[in-house]
Amino acid sequence: MEEATRAAVAARARERAWRGLWVPLLFLLPATLLVSLFYLLPVATTLYLSFTDISTVTFRNPQWVGWENYRDLVRDPFLGRILGNTARYVSLTLAFNIGVGLLLALLTSHVPERAGNPVRALWLLPRILPPVVYVLIWQGLTRESPFGLVSNVVGVSRNWITAEPWTVIVLANGMVGASFGMLLFTSAIRSIPADLFYAAAVDGATAWQTVRRVILPLLRWPLLFATAYQTLSLLTSFEYILLLTDGGPGFYTTTVWSLHAYKLALSNYFGNVQFGMGAAMAAVLVVVGVVVSVLYLRLFNFKALVGEPKIEVN
Amino acid sequence: MRGIEVRLEGLSKHFGRVVALRSLDLEVRAGEMVAFLGPSGCGKTTTLLLVAGIYRPTTGAIYFGDRRVDGLHPRDRDVGMVFQSYALYPHLTLFENIAFPLRLKRRPEAEVRAKVSQTAELLGIGHVLDRRPGQVSGGQQQRAALARALVKEPQVLLLDEPLSNLDAQVRLQARAEIRRLQRDLGVTTILVTHDQAEALAMADRVAVFSTGEVQQYATPLELYQRPQNTFVAGFVGHPPMNVVRGRLEDGTFEADGWRCRVPRLSYRGEGYLGVRPEDLRVGGEVEARVLVAETLGREQLVTVRVGATELKLLAAQADGFAADSVVKLDIPPDRVHLFDAAGRRIG
Repeated sequence: MEEATRAAVAARARERAWRGLWVPLLFLLPATLLVSLFYLLPVATTLYLSFTDISTVTFRNPQWVGWENYRDLVRDPFLGRILGNTARYVSLTLAFNIGVGLLLALLTSHVPERAGNPVRALWLLPRILPPVVYVLIWQGLTRESPFGLVSNVVGVSRNWITAEPWTVIVLANGMVGASFGMLLFTSAIRSIPADLFYAAAVDGATAWQTVRRVILPLLRWPLLFATAYQTLSLLTSFEYILLLTDGGPGFYTTTVWSLHAYKLALSNYFGNVQFGMGAAMAAVLVVVGVVVSVLYLRLFNFKALVGEPKIEVN
Repeated sequence: MRGIEVRLEGLSKHFGRVVALRSLDLEVRAGEMVAFLGPSGCGKTTTLLLVAGIYRPTTGAIYFGDRRVDGLHPRDRDVGMVFQSYALYPHLTLFENIAFPLRLKRRPEAEVRAKVSQTAELLGIGHVLDRRPGQVSGGQQQRAALARALVKEPQVLLLDEPLSNLDAQVRLQARAEIRRLQRDLGVTTILVTHDQAEALAMADRVAVFSTGEVQQYATPLELYQRPQNTFVAGFVGHPPMNVVRGRLEDGTFEADGWRCRVPRLSYRGEGYLGVRPEDLRVGGEVEARVLVAETLGREQLVTVRVGATELKLLAAQADGFAADSVVKLDIPPDRVHLFDAAGRRIG
């Protein structure tokens, strides 16, 4: 009797718990579907493909090859160079983007609006230009004399893309990328009350001391955010390199990980594109991305940034 | 810490076409506390920021003692300032906030520690130095801001509405504390405020600002007893003085529908009569109708109508003022303030 009652109570409690869960699950459903379809499924597919030998030749009948693709990757004699290139590309471009973005934000927010706004607008122009057009402009600028502007100005006739491929790549990327930080940092600087700058001046701070001791500490979050976000997007971006140097000049001089993956998987010189191999490279990138994200989230103290939910369910 | 004399000569500030401050001449004696009093937009904060060096004057000069400072950067002027918002650095602890001016001067660590804790003790915030501004009360933030201004032992202390963000109880206490501290340290101090009670209670002298000009610069008592124009008359004193427009004749003032005796003056014509609510009495010959009586606690504020004019008077709480009843008003001739048609004091 007693036991039966207890069982009934437990059953009712379970039922209540389920009923309580229904609504939140319903609310989560659309997001769950979208995330699964566009984030989780591609990752799973990539992982699966990376363990097969799928290519143009074996497209109809791919074989499970286990870690073979990854072993090939490690055995690749150019692995070191590609890794080095990737590190170089990401770190140099990131430094340029954040540094120049910060500099532009500081400069344009300390001159009158009439001067600051047009400068910021100018820096945004490359971002709204199609990448192909933008790269065509760079190719024009960096050509030999008498056509290339750089050659004419420097007085040395050269194709600057082949002469200084990294400089051109970092600059071409940075002129676009810096505007991201510029906008973010400008709005953050503007949100600092003017009284703080006055106080710093009265307290005896020089312009540089104000930047270092007041502005930079208050820009901590936007700085971290821009760094994290741009690290991840740079790791996977290769369109400007593809268009500017196509990974050259010469052998893999400027080939980065994502460009290499793209070529193996989708644009092989010999016509036999190796989906499996490309997938393995992409999978490595996914792992690196996840690791970097987790590190940055730690650094961000993400939990502290997440506010209480604005809507209440139940 | 010794204060220094501050002198403003022909000081003006324009923002584009807007004139924030018109040719100001003013002197603050060494060790004196002066209040700039006025409604918002009157130029008082502009003047303070000019003295601090945040703004550059359009014309004129600023002297600290014999030193001309209007061309100097704020850091070379030796001023301490407390802002209305306190402007504490949110990312630093109170200790580091107060230490900030000393750190910028690269003072040795031992000196920094000693001075910060000494100043913090003086202001009673020694126990919260390891907290950030967001983690302490408004009163403690205000003290920390004051400590940061005082820690470098400035010759001139500038206070921009330092008490306006405090609740009433704390404000009264802080008012007295700041005044005592200022006297003890002897630092020349300029206080900007829109609160006349604050200005009158704290300052040795008060400069009343309006529309970019100083209307009167005098001791609190003189402002109250001999306002130089109708603006000061109406602005200083609570409840405000009754200021009535009318005609001045030989020994009488005539307004719309009533008249009263005033001291004899050579001036004749359009003018103003001012009389404080506390100087109006019952028992004279001016007939007035009671409109409303407001209880203030110790007293009551009675609004009466004389002819077409509304006057306010302060009366003892015990006196009965029934609405719509008629009373006889006494306007003592030795208590009235008279102004000419332009609002300037004539007697």
